[in-house]
Amino acid sequence: MSDPDFIDALRERYLALSPHMAECGMQVGALSADAAVLILPWREDWLGDSESGRINPGVITVLVDSAAGLAVLARVGQREPIATLDLRMDYLRPAFRGAAVHCRTSCFRLTQSIAFVRATVWQHDEEQPIASAQLVFMRSNAPRPGQAGAP
Amino acid sequence: MSAWSEARRAARERGDYAPLVALIPYARFLGMRVEPHEQRPRLRLPFRDSLVGNPRLPAWHGGVTAAFMENTALLHLLLQLDAQRMPKSIDFAIDYLLSGRPEDLYADCEITRLGSRVAQTQIRCWQSDPARPIAIARAHFLLSASE
Repeated sequence: MSDPDFIDALRERYLALSPHMAECGMQVGALSADAAVLILPWREDWLGDSESGRINPGVITVLVDSAAGLAVLARVGQREPIATLDLRMDYLRPAFRGAAVHCRTSCFRLTQSIAFVRATVWQHDEEQPIASAQLVFMRSNAPRPGQAGAP
Repeated sequence: MSAWSEARRAARERGDYAPLVALIPYARFLGMRVEPHEQRPRLRLPFRDSLVGNPRLPAWHGGVTAAFMENTALLHLLLQLDAQRMPKSIDFAIDYLLSGRPEDLYADCEITRLGSRVAQTQIRCWQSDPARPIAIARAHFLLSASE
């Protein structure tokens, strides 16, 4: 289980450490070793199409990748370098202008080298998600093959 | 003439892609540019500090690389097809191959299959060397019914 001081430090610093997450104005919601919620406040810049008022899929992916990294660090319980290996988005419903976008992520399996993460994205109702996603991260400090402790 | 036809005409006839990018406010926010290269449009995202995810390396925010590639596919479809609506994203999957250094990103897109309702696209993203992609992705889009 993660140290509560580490979770507090992560809540304080995670977004500020990343220039792009700071630029987007993201906010940390609930945070524990089991799950992380990240919130993207509404901005007209997120539109994919002014006419229909739909949100662009790209900014949702930015939120998901950011939130998943937070969930991995919260589960790991200490600062360490991680890198996204792959990410898959399913766009379940359209997302519309005017409301913040929320993302709940959970690192459901952590090995010495790899972290597996699921994410759900919604605007008004978590039970009516606009997207779901699955991601895999590499823990960059993990021992390499041939080193003691591998794989 | 609709803004869509106008934007496509500016791109196809005058090589002015700005009206096309402007149809997608988020692509404009990122700073995406379409540039003709060897008779094919190529997408570029100029580097700027506020698109960095990890300032220690420093490296592009991986989500931004993905967003750039998703919008590369959207702009490619807008340019190639005569749609009057934005194609709708169904899914998107990306594999990251190399960390994105603090230099411009480039991408191109290929429509692997174009059905009457769905398009399948493959997108490649690279930096200085087109032969060394930093990420590859694929995406499905739902096309609007013809009008």
